[in-house]
Amino acid sequence: MKKLINAPDQVVPDALRGLAAAHPELAVDVAARTVVRRDAPVAGKVGLVSGGGTGHEPLHAGFVGPGMLDAACPGEVFTSPVPDQMAAATRAVDGGAGVLHIVKNYTGDVLNFRMAAELCEDEGVEVRQVVVDDDVAVTDSLYTAGRRGTGATVFVEKLAGAAADTGAPLAEVAAVARRVDACSRSFGVALTACTTPAKGTPTFDLPADELELGIGIHGEPGRERRPMMSAREIAEAVLDAVLADLPPGGPVLALVNGMGATPLLELYVLYGEVDRILRERGVEVARCLVGNYVTSLDMAGCSVTLCRADDALLRLWDAPVRTPALRWGC
Amino acid sequence: MPTVPVLDTAFFRHWLELAADTVRRESARLTELDSPIGDADHGTNMDRGFTAARLAVLQDPPQSPGGLLVTVGRTLISSVGGASGPLYGTALRRAGRALGDAPEATPPELGEALAAAVAAVRELGGAEPGDKTMVDALLPASQAYTGALADGLGVAAALDAAAGAALAGAEATVPLLARKGRASYLGERSIGHQDPGATSAALLVGCLRDAAEARPGADGPGADGPDAPGADGPEERR
Repeated sequence: MKKLINAPDQVVPDALRGLAAAHPELAVDVAARTVVRRDAPVAGKVGLVSGGGTGHEPLHAGFVGPGMLDAACPGEVFTSPVPDQMAAATRAVDGGAGVLHIVKNYTGDVLNFRMAAELCEDEGVEVRQVVVDDDVAVTDSLYTAGRRGTGATVFVEKLAGAAADTGAPLAEVAAVARRVDACSRSFGVALTACTTPAKGTPTFDLPADELELGIGIHGEPGRERRPMMSAREIAEAVLDAVLADLPPGGPVLALVNGMGATPLLELYVLYGEVDRILRERGVEVARCLVGNYVTSLDMAGCSVTLCRADDALLRLWDAPVRTPALRWGC
Repeated sequence: MPTVPVLDTAFFRHWLELAADTVRRESARLTELDSPIGDADHGTNMDRGFTAARLAVLQDPPQSPGGLLVTVGRTLISSVGGASGPLYGTALRRAGRALGDAPEATPPELGEALAAAVAAVRELGGAEPGDKTMVDALLPASQAYTGALADGLGVAAALDAAAGAALAGAEATVPLLARKGRASYLGERSIGHQDPGATSAALLVGCLRDAAEARPGADGPGADGPDAPGADGPEERR
């Protein structure tokens, strides 16, 4: 597999150097593996820190900036960052109002962030952890690690970031984040597997005439394979899964997300189908995003995330944001 | 007359050397096992962690078995990431704390340290036996070691029993349905694959046995001094 890299074990530092060069408004520490907005800490504002394995760009480093995250900790490819990174990021963004950790629900991320929170609390920094678990493809039961955090992470980071910008205290920002997670659901589909730089071959075998339903964002296989489907059929299958589990309510935020190797042209084909089906089912889309936001390296495929949003959440959504991957109103 | 391995700092340093070499050698296989049911990085992550741990111990040599295990555990937490970093790291830190700062551990104390490591993994990860995790290798290993000592066997034979139980435990994860970690997302499709975490756990326990076999005693001819790391001397005696 051809990759645009220098060496597999240098992908993360090389990419961070590139991010730093492209975005002088971010303070990128390549050695410590942290990406922090340059004006951090913002006095009196709750700090927002997220992080996770790399390979999901623009998540999370692409969402660092005013109105969203204060810092991100990129791990190795598909590997949770370590507590030292998270603690360094937390210290850097603590403006005296405490720090919120936004954590996707994977065993490694949750454990490492928990250890980092303990370190920081020992030093007197107040930390709350919010776990994002929106993926309906995983059965949420005592017998699994619980639902994975996927596309809803973008909504949580944007809306909690806007809440923090209003000067809301830590408990309130954490409550917004939890509410957004609770009213968001996602489902993903892979047309191909992805290839990690270290392994160099696809993480699973997917025949050319099949797709995989219910995939995660780490190249981990999904739960079911079917013969290849049209965009219309894929939209039906994905929305069936999402809507069956989405809490009832008013309008939604919709994210049609590319997994990394699917052209925007095809994502718009899918969005057209999603929009049509939601209209037919009486679901109003208040705002939408179409593009690559939570990717899985070079996997082809997509995910759809819906979030029930009342007026308060819509106001937070429309608030200004200025990050490498999401910016409006400023 | 067979010599009895002494569980001193040099023994655990030797274990670390063997573990780092083994993890590197088996890295591709661990990653391969992690591909169908995980995210294809277990070997890479473990190799990075044990390489860092070897370096940490070289740079600031700990003076006790407990101190060494705490250093290794801390380094794994700071360098591995994923779930295996906190799990193995906390397990080794707890094992190290159980040994305290005595210059040498007794065989029963090593058993207590193994039990403390297993308890740490279960507490942090929440896994029960049979959930298709590293617990399925570590718990039988700890029990086999303690059982062998109770049966009057020496430390080398007890570690051999532990290594055998860990390997059998890892192999027995093949038909299991994963209930923790990333493999649990697959549901039924996790069945038929050996758990990578249980496999690496069995390798680490196997290195304890190898350390005991390769290093008959602190007074023996090949005893590693604190400045003589590596697997040089022991090979000659085989």
